Amino acid sequence: MSKTEFPPSIISRPVYGELEARSGSGHLMIADATGAEAILDLAKSADKDFWAKAHIIYIPKNTGTKYSSQLEDLGAGQFYAGPSYEAAQSRIRRALQDCHMGTQVYLTGTESLMGQAMAEATTAGIPHTAIQTEHRGSTARRMQCVHCKGITEDVTTDPFECSHCGLSLFVRDHYSRRIAAFQGVRVDAEDPGNIPDKVELFK
Amino acid sequence: MSAGTAKLNVTVAEVKPVNDLVTRFKFVRTGGGDLPTFSGGAHTVVEMQDGGITRLNAYSLMSNPADRGAYTISVRRDDEGRGGSKFMHSQVKEGMEMVISNPVNLFSLDLRAKKHLMLAGGIGITPFMAQMHQLSMMGGQFELHYSVRNASLGSYAEELDAKYPGKVTIYHDDQGEAIDLGTLLATQPLGTHVYVCGPKGMIDWVHGTAESMGWPREAVHSEEFLAPASGKPFEVKCAVSNKVVQVGEHQSLLEALEAAGIDAPYLCRGGACGQCETNVIGYDGKFLHFDHWLTDEQKAGGKHIMPCVSRFEGKTLVLDR
Repeated sequence: MSKTEFPPSIISRPVYGELEARSGSGHLMIADATGAEAILDLAKSADKDFWAKAHIIYIPKNTGTKYSSQLEDLGAGQFYAGPSYEAAQSRIRRALQDCHMGTQVYLTGTESLMGQAMAEATTAGIPHTAIQTEHRGSTARRMQCVHCKGITEDVTTDPFECSHCGLSLFVRDHYSRRIAAFQGVRVDAEDPGNIPDKVELFK
Repeated sequence: MSAGTAKLNVTVAEVKPVNDLVTRFKFVRTGGGDLPTFSGGAHTVVEMQDGGITRLNAYSLMSNPADRGAYTISVRRDDEGRGGSKFMHSQVKEGMEMVISNPVNLFSLDLRAKKHLMLAGGIGITPFMAQMHQLSMMGGQFELHYSVRNASLGSYAEELDAKYPGKVTIYHDDQGEAIDLGTLLATQPLGTHVYVCGPKGMIDWVHGTAESMGWPREAVHSEEFLAPASGKPFEVKCAVSNKVVQVGEHQSLLEALEAAGIDAPYLCRGGACGQCETNVIGYDGKFLHFDHWLTDEQKAGGKHIMPCVSRFEGKTLVLDR
């Protein structure tokens, strides 16, 4: 799957670019699912000595073993494949703690993955404008219920039911970089019970 | 409306030679009272009545930002310069009344930084002195690397080393000591911001090295005030005020506009802040852009000029002033 073109929206909605190999003292690459393809594309133009300083953290999700061995064959100094973002989180934190200014961060795959890894990297002290991103794969959203504050992952419809409090929520483009989630607002707040049919907006 | 920021009437409370080239001046509010607060890195524009000429030079405030009783600046005498620093050294005496601007900060600390790495060259030490005061009060982490020509011209070097033990490294040019920038930048923890104030060569060196080592542009800060360059005299037509102004050899375009009674905006007077940006209505000739503000594209476009430092050579120049 190639990179996604998102329709223009409010300024809060994150936009993504295209990964390119930049000079730096290290390269921390975090990807999930078909985000692997963006790394493989970058590999076509990266120098040989790029990979010795690279650390790839990959979460295959539903792609199984399709990309893992290809990524491993790039010869990165460190390669990790794990079952979930949560499982990889402590590794991401440790990697950020150990690296120095000059390290480049590359994020690719779903918005949920990029948003959460972006929050870790900015907390570690990298300005968000210096972090590269490229969207690949699912457009399903990580949503925060503005009422109960619970997070629902992989939302594909609008409205959707909050997985914590059960309210039907309208999917907004209003985004929080701090919690890496779009905001979901009760869809029938003005007229309780009047809940529109679900439309599948994201795949 | 008056150009620049609000003015402060001050009295010179102390004039203290620091070494052969540098003298320190302390200002208190005339008639008593507190001065406005400022943040580390701020400067003030000092007005000097030098014969028939009003000179306006920007100097970094070096005193403790929490001390509202006085402002302190240090002035390095530039014998090749246009006369501002010589005026400060030779004419300004204790008890004299002067006018300075409210503080303006174009070189502030990024307080999101986890660590502040400061690189000073020569008199470029002054903004860092206020910033170190500020960071010590806040418990901020910082490190100063200060390059001086020799020990006797190293303004405040010993004092800073004693005040902030372990945080200050002094490099003496005459002993062949130099900042090992490559190693320094390679070993900084994530979240470090680097600040440089000094000669142009040093600033370019830090920006260039940091960029090649993958440092984010947002984490590299610099301040350099340019002195207006002298050049051939030229004439400028001001469309709004309907005046024709002659710019002298050792006068900046901004100074010429002010002398003609045109209320032109400014803040830094050194090509850094962007406040004096002026639209060009028409021209026949060549611009000499010296500022850090306009992009290369804008400089080539011939639609804008920064009158504080830039000049013009040619037949006609018409400005929107």
